[in-house]
Amino acid sequence: MKHRGKGMASINYPIGMNLGGDPSQALVHSNPSGKFTVALSAIDLGQGMKSVTRQIAAETLGVPVEDVYVDTADSDTGPHDMGSFASRGTHRVGNAVAVAAREARGVMMEAAAEELEVNASDLDTDGLGNIHVKGAPHRKISTKDVAIAAQFKQGKTIAGRGIFLVPLSEVDPETGEMSPATCYAHACLVAEVEVDDETGEVTMVRMDSAYELGRALNPRMVEQQLVGGAWMGVSHALYETPEPYYPEPIHGPRDYNEYVMPGPGDICPHNIAVLERPALDGPFGAKGPGEMCANPVLPAVANAVFNAVGVRIDDLPITPEKVLRALRQQGGAKPQQRR
Amino acid sequence: MLELRKDIFADERDDNLKEIGKPTQRQDMIGHVTGTTAYFDDHKLAGMLHLKVLRSPHHHARIRRIDTSEAERSGGVRRIIRGADVPRNLNTLLSLLNFGKDDEPSLATDKVRYKGEPIVAIVANTEREAFEALTKVRVDYEQLTPVFDVEEALKPGAPVVNETYPKNTFEYHGKYDHQRLRFGDVEQAFASADHVLEQRYQMSPIEHAPTETNGSIAAPEANNRFVVYTCAQGLFFSLDTTAKILDVPSNKLHFIGGTVGGGFGGKVDSLTEPLVTLAAMLTGRPVRYVLGREDEMQFGSPRGAERIYVKDAVMRDGRVTARQVRSYFDSGAYTRLSSYAVIKCAAHIPGPYTIPNVHADIYCVYTNRVPATAMRGFGVTAVDFAIECQMDKLAHLIGMDPMEFRILNAYRDGDMKAHRREAKNTALIECVQVAAEKAKWSIRDEYKRMSSRAGGGGARAAIPHTKLDSGLQAPARPAPQRTSYDRPLPPPVAPPPPAPPPAAPPANVQHGAARFSSVFGTRRR
Repeated sequence: MKHRGKGMASINYPIGMNLGGDPSQALVHSNPSGKFTVALSAIDLGQGMKSVTRQIAAETLGVPVEDVYVDTADSDTGPHDMGSFASRGTHRVGNAVAVAAREARGVMMEAAAEELEVNASDLDTDGLGNIHVKGAPHRKISTKDVAIAAQFKQGKTIAGRGIFLVPLSEVDPETGEMSPATCYAHACLVAEVEVDDETGEVTMVRMDSAYELGRALNPRMVEQQLVGGAWMGVSHALYETPEPYYPEPIHGPRDYNEYVMPGPGDICPHNIAVLERPALDGPFGAKGPGEMCANPVLPAVANAVFNAVGVRIDDLPITPEKVLRALRQQGGAKPQQRR
Repeated sequence: MLELRKDIFADERDDNLKEIGKPTQRQDMIGHVTGTTAYFDDHKLAGMLHLKVLRSPHHHARIRRIDTSEAERSGGVRRIIRGADVPRNLNTLLSLLNFGKDDEPSLATDKVRYKGEPIVAIVANTEREAFEALTKVRVDYEQLTPVFDVEEALKPGAPVVNETYPKNTFEYHGKYDHQRLRFGDVEQAFASADHVLEQRYQMSPIEHAPTETNGSIAAPEANNRFVVYTCAQGLFFSLDTTAKILDVPSNKLHFIGGTVGGGFGGKVDSLTEPLVTLAAMLTGRPVRYVLGREDEMQFGSPRGAERIYVKDAVMRDGRVTARQVRSYFDSGAYTRLSSYAVIKCAAHIPGPYTIPNVHADIYCVYTNRVPATAMRGFGVTAVDFAIECQMDKLAHLIGMDPMEFRILNAYRDGDMKAHRREAKNTALIECVQVAAEKAKWSIRDEYKRMSSRAGGGGARAAIPHTKLDSGLQAPARPAPQRTSYDRPLPPPVAPPPPAPPPAAPPANVQHGAARFSSVFGTRRR
């Protein structure tokens, strides 16, 4: 017989390397036609590092995103970055890019001011490739013409350098007092499962979630992170491990036939809400969705299994074998209050 | 499927932006979907050789003798590399941050500490010839008793896994075998609680299973430099690790990467870069070293297991009044990054809740298994599993709805956290409210009205009297004065935050371990 149950979990997650001390740098420069290159040594693992820094640079410079290209990672040309881990990419590298782009924008506006014979403080960008006098949009010059003038006439480099560093925190050995992170992302997830009390199999029915990320710089990339990350959470909860009888080191997998993960047939609907409470020190308030999206799923699924059949599986993953053994010990399924 | 709730916290945002918040297509999308993006392994170079390693078949054994004479005569073999050929054959990854002792050889010489530990590297014309030569290496082992369970490893008389840490635990602050967190007095809270619940949780090891396995290609460049195509998750982290192990100036190395086929934490360890670069130096030829799928699954470092004990005190009205956590990170045979995760874990406890008494002891334990490393949620995923299962059980115990139970105990702006920093910019309550709404899980109106921005601070901001292990008391500190947690709208382009002055080091900090510093060597003494 199959039993349905719902469970939930709520979590927070620190952004960036614990204790700080993990700098990122960025260089931004324009070619003579007003197209910008962002040089980094950050890593794009598929999470979208190149794209999110490109949007940050474009927004800060005030130019179209098509006019920015992110070049990473070559240690001869890209300045130092700690790496893509600890949910630090958007926050740390993003801030460094914003600093560099702001410096480059400053030079660009000075060069434009000289061409338009006004004060730089009276100018603004339209985000479409033009710089105009505030309140007088017809008095404008294209970023291309500004770049040409800066390069060949004024002898200015439209370029900027950026670094972002959260200073290192010490840890008190006695109390654990420390400054681990400057901002935290948040999430709550509800998992609905179906448990077969004959086979012990757990099937995902539906997930509903709310993730608070500071700012969704690119909602589509946030969505792919949250959807994919939640499925990694399901996989951790129900399927994966290279040591199924840990701590006994036996039955290690050698390929994807032996290493069990959920496939397309195991997918369920996941309805996601994204909340944005800007981080005080995030680029445009952004934190980072990368790691935390998987975390609430594991306990939410375990709690849903309890709600469905009344057994607590406290050892991951929740395999059919563990569910059946627990059901046998309990004397069968004991469904809890329906939610 | 994704709904942006712009209505919540709207007063804290400026949404008048041009590129930010747009669903712009990825810069590299065309390359990815047409198969023209270049990854490290797309750099097939003329005259490229292939490197493979001989791995230990034993979990724990002394190496008596290594005989490579027959392998040297094997067809296509260009070079055999042994531990003695590695300039600095002992390293720990976080030595770049001045944290921990060098404890892991690139190639084992005297002892193997896990099944799969590399002993000899063979560089040959083809992968097949390298594999054939590996079968001709003779190693004479004396098997030793292994230990696999973290709590067994801590018992007196347990086999010593890693002689750098003879107690089978990483050393914190030069004196402790664990990281502590102390806030208030849990014993007193347990004594006066309506219910006390203690449970054991076990997080399993996990394989990262990236589409692209670990690997790198190194080649001599002009002017006595070496180029390395890599899938490292930290380009300079890998470059600096390689420079240290090979004892060469960092500007002799030219690392190119940045486009990686999935990592999830499994490409932080520089599993291949030092050896492949050494092979290119020794042969003067391009060399490729890529883990096959079986090697990746069996010997590419996994997410480590964690065993977690949680003991909580809860009152009938729903307040959690104490949380005590004892947790063991299974680091495997070497430290890699687990020592770091332990501190991150300590900082995370007791989860996103305001609990007045908190006590944690977190251990990094060595066992005879593949060294663990970072993975998505490092230091936090497992303890979140434990805490959130525990929260569900506590709610059940007192007959309270689990959503309302989370909201009641959630941290709010201005609350003091157990690591003694004020909570700011919190949003747990709102996440629970919205998730409940989406799941049509009904919660009472008073819980729908609660806010992260109200009700925090005050008495909740105070630091309680804390009983220390030494028997001393850390004094209570009153809540700091404040006016408001609400803040004005940020400017459209937020300026970088002014760097806060570094925290003054506690008077009793020892020299040595647990001192992070930047990789540029600005050591804080």
